[in-house]
Amino acid sequence: MTVMARRLARAVAASVLVLGPALAVGDVTRVVMKSVDYAPKQARVHVGDAVEWQNQDIVAHTASAKDKSWEVNVLPGRTGRVVMNVPGTFDYICRYHPNMTGEIVVEP
Amino acid sequence: MSRLSIALLGAGLCLAAQGAMAQQGPKPTDPQIAHIAYTAGEIDIKAAQLALKHSKNKEVIAFANDMVRDHKAVNEKALALLKKLNVKPEDNDTSRSLSQQADAKRKELEGLKGAAFDKAYAQSEVAFHQQVNGALQSTLIPSATNGELKDLLSTGLKIFQGHEQHAEHLAQELSKQSRAALQ
Repeated sequence: MTVMARRLARAVAASVLVLGPALAVGDVTRVVMKSVDYAPKQARVHVGDAVEWQNQDIVAHTASAKDKSWEVNVLPGRTGRVVMNVPGTFDYICRYHPNMTGEIVVEP
Repeated sequence: MSRLSIALLGAGLCLAAQGAMAQQGPKPTDPQIAHIAYTAGEIDIKAAQLALKHSKNKEVIAFANDMVRDHKAVNEKALALLKKLNVKPEDNDTSRSLSQQADAKRKELEGLKGAAFDKAYAQSEVAFHQQVNGALQSTLIPSATNGELKDLLSTGLKIFQGHEQHAEHLAQELSKQSRAALQ
């Protein structure tokens, strides 16, 4: 394999790795963490979709399902994502600031 | 003791009375407000560091780590804002009163061990956050004249209200653990 061919193979492999997880899920719904609140407070998604929380606050937050089925910790300025694989209505809070509450409705 | 100090001490005990007190007397200036808010953050960081040294309870340790992380973040933001605004925090009666109360509480906590320490720390955190949140709502935020300082204090209030609720949950959880240990 020539140097050029090896570089091309590496580039293709890298793009598959980057795109892979994105292709594995359906739509991505964004929820912003700002001023110690979730916006929107309620999000509706379908099974297989991802919810992505974007933390615009100065402190870390979590999105923690009250039934403990999922949790994501999001540092300031970062995002965190959960793929919703189970239908249902999930109330969630920030474990660090329980006055932050939200709801994710996962439709079949 | 200034009227603001009295307002701070009364916070959480009676919001109506506190509101009335806050309306009396001179308003604190922005440099004084910044000093009070920063001091409150430092006090809670020191209390959390004491808890991290004394406690073996995983919920207490997690809560204390949360307090260190959040209060450091807010205080760093406050310092950056003060630098930007070229404002020097100004020591005042309220800051001094808060520090004196905190010293007394720290000495009390240092004399406790195990579950007794955990319970007292959690209760102290509930009371402290009630006091500070009451003062932020009734006096400090309304008195702040700079918009950016007011915004930071308002964000801080929401964060600390979360801490108050978290501390209440912790205190309840520790009570359950104590009851379970007795059975």
